[in-house]
Amino acid sequence: MSAFPPVPRVSGVAAPLLRANVDTDAIIPSREIKGVGKTGLAEGLFAGWRYLQPGSREPDPDFVLNDPAFAAAPILLAGENFGCGSSREHAVWALHEYGVRAVIAPSFAPIFRGNCVTNGIIPVVLDAPAILALAATGNPVTIDLLARTVTSGDVTAPFAIDAEASAMLAQGLDAIDLTLQHVDAISAFHTADRTARPWIYLEPQS
Amino acid sequence: MHVVASLGADEDLIAIDRVFLHERTGSVALRSLAASGRRVADPGRVFAVTDHIVDTLPGRTGTRVPGGSAFLEATREETRKAGIRLFDVEDPDQGIVHVISPELAIVLPGATLVCPDSHSCSQGAFGALAWGIGSTEAEHAMATGTLRVTRPKTMRVRFTGRPGPGVTAKDMALALIAAHGAGGGKGHAIEFAGEAVSALDLEGRLTLCNMAAEFGAMTAFIAPDETVFAYLKGRRYAPTGPGWEKALAAWRALVTDPGAVFDREIVIDAGTITPMVSWGVSPQQSAPITTCVPAAPGPESAVERALDYMGLVPGQPLIGTPIDAAFIGSCTNSRIADLRRVAAIVQGRHVAPGIAAIIVPGSSAVRRAAEAEGLDRIFTEAGFDWRMSGCSLCFYAGGDGFAPGARVISSTNRNFEGRQGPGVRTHIASPETVAASALAGAIADPRDWAPRADTGARELAAGAEAR
Ligand code: SF4
Repeated sequence: MSAFPPVPRVSGVAAPLLRANVDTDAIIPSREIKGVGKTGLAEGLFAGWRYLQPGSREPDPDFVLNDPAFAAAPILLAGENFGCGSSREHAVWALHEYGVRAVIAPSFAPIFRGNCVTNGIIPVVLDAPAILALAATGNPVTIDLLARTVTSGDVTAPFAIDAEASAMLAQGLDAIDLTLQHVDAISAFHTADRTARPWIYLEPQS
Repeated sequence: MHVVASLGADEDLIAIDRVFLHERTGSVALRSLAASGRRVADPGRVFAVTDHIVDTLPGRTGTRVPGGSAFLEATREETRKAGIRLFDVEDPDQGIVHVISPELAIVLPGATLVCPDSHSCSQGAFGALAWGIGSTEAEHAMATGTLRVTRPKTMRVRFTGRPGPGVTAKDMALALIAAHGAGGGKGHAIEFAGEAVSALDLEGRLTLCNMAAEFGAMTAFIAPDETVFAYLKGRRYAPTGPGWEKALAAWRALVTDPGAVFDREIVIDAGTITPMVSWGVSPQQSAPITTCVPAAPGPESAVERALDYMGLVPGQPLIGTPIDAAFIGSCTNSRIADLRRVAAIVQGRHVAPGIAAIIVPGSSAVRRAAEAEGLDRIFTEAGFDWRMSGCSLCFYAGGDGFAPGARVISSTNRNFEGRQGPGVRTHIASPETVAASALAGAIADPRDWAPRADTGARELAAGAEAR
């Protein structure tokens, strides 16, 4: 089964949100997580910054996504350690539902980065000067996952991403399906491990 | 030893020994897994708890978070269907996931444990490989018994020497993060080592590993020793009889080779650390409590934005900053040893007028132990609220919260904007510092609030040391 629409390439305006250490509670405040599911979250995206009062829906004109030029941006330009804090995957679901397909940052918090890869958002690592240069061009930005480049006007910056993450994003692969191809290796491991570390294996007892 | 298959140059398929879920993120994972038609491969090794959004007021029945009941109900329903052991609100073993997992010996040395919660690394204090994942990865771990893991880089952080009086594991962690940044550990699995680490009790080790999440690390661990083995023996899910002896032999072999080479090494002299307190909106924005609020390098800088949010002025001393509330709780600092040290400070004294002071034990077992020792009476007589266990005011989900603009000193791990409620200004510090500040009504140095000789608190503290 496909986990999400493949994202071999993302093109469009890039909204600058150039603060460091943007945490997942800023991306989606816990109070905005109202249901047991992965949807209905876009409205709460960046709620603490996007709206004037907590809980209100009155836009704060100073927030970048409330600028009509950036409101539909499929790309975010971010500061270092983006997505730190709570592991809540709702942050990635909210971004995806809002329409974001890539985040470009000098570094990502590890759980957030993994969540991006499992949900069809490309985590692009570029150094801070390159990100500032992209913000300065104001041009639409294109991320080509297969060529591993970010382009905007005459600026082209290469980026690195591991082969597995790249393949999963470009093809919309489901990690569980991929792993279940190793089912024989998994059961062989468990057979041997039950003898080596019997204390790990517990009886179901709910 | 957990590698099931290699998935390329820097990725492996790793066997996962334990999955722990909580109602806020685990419910989504279980629902989604069920909807995909997949099964939990080995439900006996999956556990769940309700801790994040449960009410912590005495007499609680569920949650006061708007919409929160749906998360509790989904967790109950899906764990029942999947055959997963749930520690629910009324369960005597209920508590914060990273507090009860050690109490029940669900975490074991050398085991891999994952939880869709960023502070899962706390449990590395037992020599386990424990880390936080997303909900989708939790589905993966439950469905396959494995995870696809990019090999982390390695880092050793050695705390040499011994910290002075009034300096705790929390201060060690904040000193590390203040010096090396909130992203300083990114991409790394960290081994904490050195004399000051070996000397920590298990509670202190859990605090230190807990804060590795705020250092950006993938995980952290401490080589297991006799302190760990003695703690685990006889606990609910620990092996017994000959199985215990066999496990013990394996665990004793889990020491880092003395010649091991790490990708990065940091050495900190614990003797130079003082009590720490945060002044900004990231844990890296922390400083020795005896110093002043720093100057911003320029307008529009992160420091300027933080000071604006926090309502602080450069050059103002941290000590003496008036507070509105004090909170002791969370998976960082709410265990029995933390509470004993707090009791030693507050016994025979009273919280300053107008300060809301709240203590939330990390688990129902901690609550019972504290009450058996009479700590609850010390707390309530000193003017603290004594609550039921859970995550409580560590984060704001829409129910319980502090007022906008309130200044709170807190034994928790995150001082992010809005973490404890919209507009709330959080200063993170050790439980001792929080206790002293509650008494003073302003940020206070715990070393100025030594246990009073006339109240028996010294004996209490000494007793806690001996235990
Ligand atoms: S106490 Fe706070 S940090 Fe710990 S698990 Fe609960 S919400 Fe997370």
